[in-house]
Amino acid sequence: MAQDIQNAIQDPIIRVRDITVQFGATRVLDGLNLDVKRGEILGFVGPSGAGKSVLTRTIIGLVPKVAGSIEVFGVDLDSSNTSQRRNVERRWGVLFQQGALFSSLTVRQNIQFPMREYLRVSQRLMDEITMAKLAMVGLKPEVAERFPSELSGGMIKRVALARALSLDPDLVFLDEPTSGLDPIGAGDFDDLVRTLQRTLGLTVFMVTHDLDSLYTACDRIAVLGNGKIIAAGSIADMQASQHPWLRQYFHGKRARAVVT
Amino acid sequence: MNGDPKLERIAKGNALALCATGTWTASFAPVLERMVADAEKLAGGPQSIFIDVSEVAKLDTFGAWLIERLRRSLTQGAVEAQIAGLSANYSSLVDEVRRVRATPVIDSSTITITGMLEQIGRTVAGLGGTVAGLIDMLGAVLAAGGRVLIHPRSLRLTSTVHHLEQVCWRAVPIIVLITFLIGCIIAQQGIFHFRRFGADIFVVDMLGVLVLREIGVLLVAIMVAGRSGSAYTAELGSMKMREEIDALRTMGFDPIEVLVLPRMLALVLALPILAFLGAMAALYGGGLVAWLYGGVDPEAFLLRLRDAISIDHFIVGIVKAPVMAAVIGIVACVEGLAVQGSAESLGQHTTASVVKGIFFVIVMDGVFAIFFASIGM
Repeated sequence: MAQDIQNAIQDPIIRVRDITVQFGATRVLDGLNLDVKRGEILGFVGPSGAGKSVLTRTIIGLVPKVAGSIEVFGVDLDSSNTSQRRNVERRWGVLFQQGALFSSLTVRQNIQFPMREYLRVSQRLMDEITMAKLAMVGLKPEVAERFPSELSGGMIKRVALARALSLDPDLVFLDEPTSGLDPIGAGDFDDLVRTLQRTLGLTVFMVTHDLDSLYTACDRIAVLGNGKIIAAGSIADMQASQHPWLRQYFHGKRARAVVT
Repeated sequence: MNGDPKLERIAKGNALALCATGTWTASFAPVLERMVADAEKLAGGPQSIFIDVSEVAKLDTFGAWLIERLRRSLTQGAVEAQIAGLSANYSSLVDEVRRVRATPVIDSSTITITGMLEQIGRTVAGLGGTVAGLIDMLGAVLAAGGRVLIHPRSLRLTSTVHHLEQVCWRAVPIIVLITFLIGCIIAQQGIFHFRRFGADIFVVDMLGVLVLREIGVLLVAIMVAGRSGSAYTAELGSMKMREEIDALRTMGFDPIEVLVLPRMLALVLALPILAFLGAMAALYGGGLVAWLYGGVDPEAFLLRLRDAISIDHFIVGIVKAPVMAAVIGIVACVEGLAVQGSAESLGQHTTASVVKGIFFVIVMDGVFAIFFASIGM
């Protein structure tokens, strides 16, 4: 039994093998391999336009790939049937870069939308869970009846996270969750992700440019360059790396300001 | 290990233990909710109750909240129901839900008679606002047009030409096709009914007058309102949603001059052209049917047409076109700039743009009919 658990932990929750994605003649991802382990927060960095969002969207099935395989929760997404796929989709939550809240629904309806579709529970329970989710992401209950157009940028991110967490997923994808937030708000968001990972046992796949997030929130960092993962490891590994882009990234002016 | 969730009642001395077992997660939420609702009925009993969660295999927010809800209902007065056997993994989650306020704030708006009356009142008052908005936009467009006349270089020529291509050139096939078919139908119906009086040839009079004065321009205007008015509203509306219009304003540009004026100009230029092409297509279609179905050969048709209609009929039709174009354009732009932040609002305003556009086109047509009748054209 202990062995089983050990295996379960070692088993990657996302296993990406030899992924190639092409838009016209440009090859964005070229034979990329990546594992995300259960329960970790993986920070995913790389130069702008390197294809970080493309990889995220490929894993969640929004961008078609030319070659390679993707396994999430041990299910190969290409050979899975609809119900298997639906099952996988229920177990992940996605936070889009711009929030992607449904603009014609209130915050409460946004958060309840996945519950309404997937669970047959009473309105009362949905309302209560919504309040719990709002409290978890650090929003006041009053926000529930507002529309997305009436929220600030930081609040939109929080509500989007609450919606991503609506069904208590095992895995969340965060696409630049702290971009556009003030440093204090961004720091709070990092703490929030950490807390949620601890309390809910989440696995987090986080695309980010925020060095603070990398230092404070992430367990492991993967770096994308030239369509491949050029390095993966802890923050210490990254700092020790001799790769020119990594050296610039982790030893540049902004990085020094974070470390000191 | 991952079994169906259960909530067993086990008596322990004079206390009652509610032993939660199995998977307490979202997938089992409906079952869990029923079990918890059942257990809540135990509240107020003589025994003291505690909740034992040591056997729970898996817990998420749903499970944690339901346990917390049960704990709250079982709490009587100052005596709190206790949760026992909470593993370290889940204690932070339970702490998290413990902070949640029990009753969500939901304002349920009920439908009352006064509410309905208020709604009607607001709608009526809003009509005045609509007209004022249209006049406001007309003024703004005329002012921007005046500025462009003084400084002709500030006209966005590229933009105007682009929109002209969109609303005029690309509309030609569908407009010509539809008006052609309408011409055919009018001629066929005319011949079918006039034949009984032996008045086949008068179908040419009817076709000429109807197409040139009314149907040609009206039909084309309605099609343009549906085709280009809606496009204008959707374009401006999504620009408004994404703060592009605010961005223009902060750079010192007048959105009316940059966005609305080129669109209006394109439409005002396009509609007379389309109306002319439409009228010609309808006459052609009518002539074709008259020849093939009614036996009026083309020569007789043209001869009769020359007698039946004068240049006045053509002028009456074509003069209306730019005015209708302006009405469609103004309605579309007002609606586009009124879009709020949501996708629903964009849909509502696009619908309103087409509906109001067509309505005002028909109203204008009526006004023109009275005007031309009184000046004897």
